[in-house]
Amino acid sequence: MSYALANNKPPEKAPDAVQVPSLPDQPMPNASLPSNNERMAGRLAQAVKSKQAQSILVGGLSLCLGILLWHLATLYKFNFFINFENIPSPLKVADAFVGHLAEPVFYTHILVSIRRILIAYGMAVLLGVAIGLAVGRSRLARAAVLPYIEVIRPIPAVAWIPLAILMWPTEESSIIYITFLGALFPIILNTIHGVEQTPEVMIRAALSLGANKLQVFWHVVLPAALPSIATGLAIGMGVSWFSLLAGEIISGQYGIGYFTWDAYSLINYPDIVVGMLVIGGLGTLSTFLIKVVTRPALRWKELQR
Amino acid sequence: MNTSVISIQHNLMQKHRQDSKERGHVSIESVGISFGEGTNRSIAVRETSLTIKPGEFVCILGPSGCGKSTLLNSVAGYVTPTTGRVLVDNEAVTGPGPDRGMVFQQYSLLPWKTVLENIAFGPRLAGHSAAECHSIARTFLAMIGLSKMEKRYPGELSGGMQQRVGIARALANYPSVLLMDEPFGALDAQTRLMMQESLLDIWSEFGTTVLFVTHDVDEAIFLADRILIMSASPGTVIADLQVELERPRQSEMATSEAFVALKRTCLQYIRAESMKAFELRECNA
Ligand SMILES: Nc1ncnc2c1ncn2[C@@H]1O[C@H](COP(=O)(O)OP(=O)(O)OP(=O)(O)O)[C@@H](O)[C@H]1O
Ligand SMILES: [Mg+2]
Repeated sequence: MSYALANNKPPEKAPDAVQVPSLPDQPMPNASLPSNNERMAGRLAQAVKSKQAQSILVGGLSLCLGILLWHLATLYKFNFFINFENIPSPLKVADAFVGHLAEPVFYTHILVSIRRILIAYGMAVLLGVAIGLAVGRSRLARAAVLPYIEVIRPIPAVAWIPLAILMWPTEESSIIYITFLGALFPIILNTIHGVEQTPEVMIRAALSLGANKLQVFWHVVLPAALPSIATGLAIGMGVSWFSLLAGEIISGQYGIGYFTWDAYSLINYPDIVVGMLVIGGLGTLSTFLIKVVTRPALRWKELQR
Repeated sequence: MNTSVISIQHNLMQKHRQDSKERGHVSIESVGISFGEGTNRSIAVRETSLTIKPGEFVCILGPSGCGKSTLLNSVAGYVTPTTGRVLVDNEAVTGPGPDRGMVFQQYSLLPWKTVLENIAFGPRLAGHSAAECHSIARTFLAMIGLSKMEKRYPGELSGGMQQRVGIARALANYPSVLLMDEPFGALDAQTRLMMQESLLDIWSEFGTTVLFVTHDVDEAIFLADRILIMSASPGTVIADLQVELERPRQSEMATSEAFVALKRTCLQYIRAESMKAFELRECNA
């Protein structure tokens, strides 16, 4: 086989010769300032770094300011339309939080919630992606499933509580069901969206290379949908946490949502806020984990120009 | 690379060379293609018949919207003719398949696969081992001069590079027919010339039948053994011209008498058809 074509390369890049002589290792016409470029490059790198540092700094300051305002509002019993008279101060909340850290039952609450999330979310991922793929690919599945999605999707998790209690044999299963529903819809909808985005020309190309339907699905449709699926997974994780909070109204014993509701009925105000913040923190952390886990599968996207 | 892989590949190439003298016969028999039903029904291709010999390089020229892509897609198997049939090596086309490689105008590489994986995709689907697939893919990468790019993703490549990978990917299946739908239409003039020369080099090496759609008259004359000109929509082949220029083709030939004469003929046909299409639109408006 001839390799003659290697010489016929069209010039893809600008030829190297046209490079502007601005690299540090090349002598500048003005010899008295040899490190000018280096310094500029250094400053540029610093600027980039300091930009990141800046946004972290601003973010931190903004949070601190929020806490300070909260503190002041509770300290001076701010009461104008919004009432802070009975709201616990940040210090009291921190106090309560540190106190709970010493109690094993607090960890039980958290672990029980995490377990529910894992089961409910896991099932939502399996079912949501499967349904989304089916609906995205098959007109029949679409016609059959879409009406359900449209009707059930707008129903908030709390509204499901009575029915969930009636439907499911145990409290635990009702709570998991409600959490599952919360995660399910964002995953389904984003998967459908991803599948629909698959460029037709790529499917045709695969068919002409000898792919059968299953192979088209595996090598083309699924990877094309992956970025959108990943978005759905992250959103679904967030939603499952706030559905969990609703579901744990049912629970008579454990769960961080139960902990929060219980504090409310016992008029233990600092604990309400502790519960809220723990849920917020766990939600953020788990969403972040999902993003980290899905990232390697999307590497090709980051490289795109 | 181990020796058995090399010999497998060598055999494939040998076999392809021998076969290409008999493989790649295309016959389009009274093919008519229309879309839609009832009142929405529109004819895209009027009854067309033609045959293409194995190893022939045929360009299809015609005004925009005349049905060039549709006709090509019926050979590819993406579109089923409403009447008539398409035979490739005496077998009726019923759908897309690896015996007919396709190169598109839009970039159609799989962006989540590396350049090497993209080219190896066809052989992989054909059931070759991973080592064989990579070795085949590397051979084609070398042929298009992009060996250094094997680990890159398509998104990192220029348009011209992506299109060369697309050609290599189609050829890695050793197809009997290579179908190309304005493959260089999106490239700048300079890159386009280089790509045309590359394509002719690959073709002379490979000997595959090529069916190449374009609306660039110069491109058609430079590349083809034979030019088919289609009428305005709904299109059918109205002229079948032999290109009597010797091979290998040189870019200087573009000023030769034969080239210019043929170009004039083609342009006359196309202008007449474009005028018809224009008048038709005016009447309907
Ligand atoms: N899937 C389809 N459904 C309905 N009409 C179609 C379809 N594909 C093509 N057509 C119509 O068929 C006619 C021919 O289209 P085609 O794409 O084959 O033209 P073309 O010669 O390739 O044009 P161009 O030079 O612009 O690529 C057009 O009128 C087009 O609108
Ligand atoms: Mg076209």
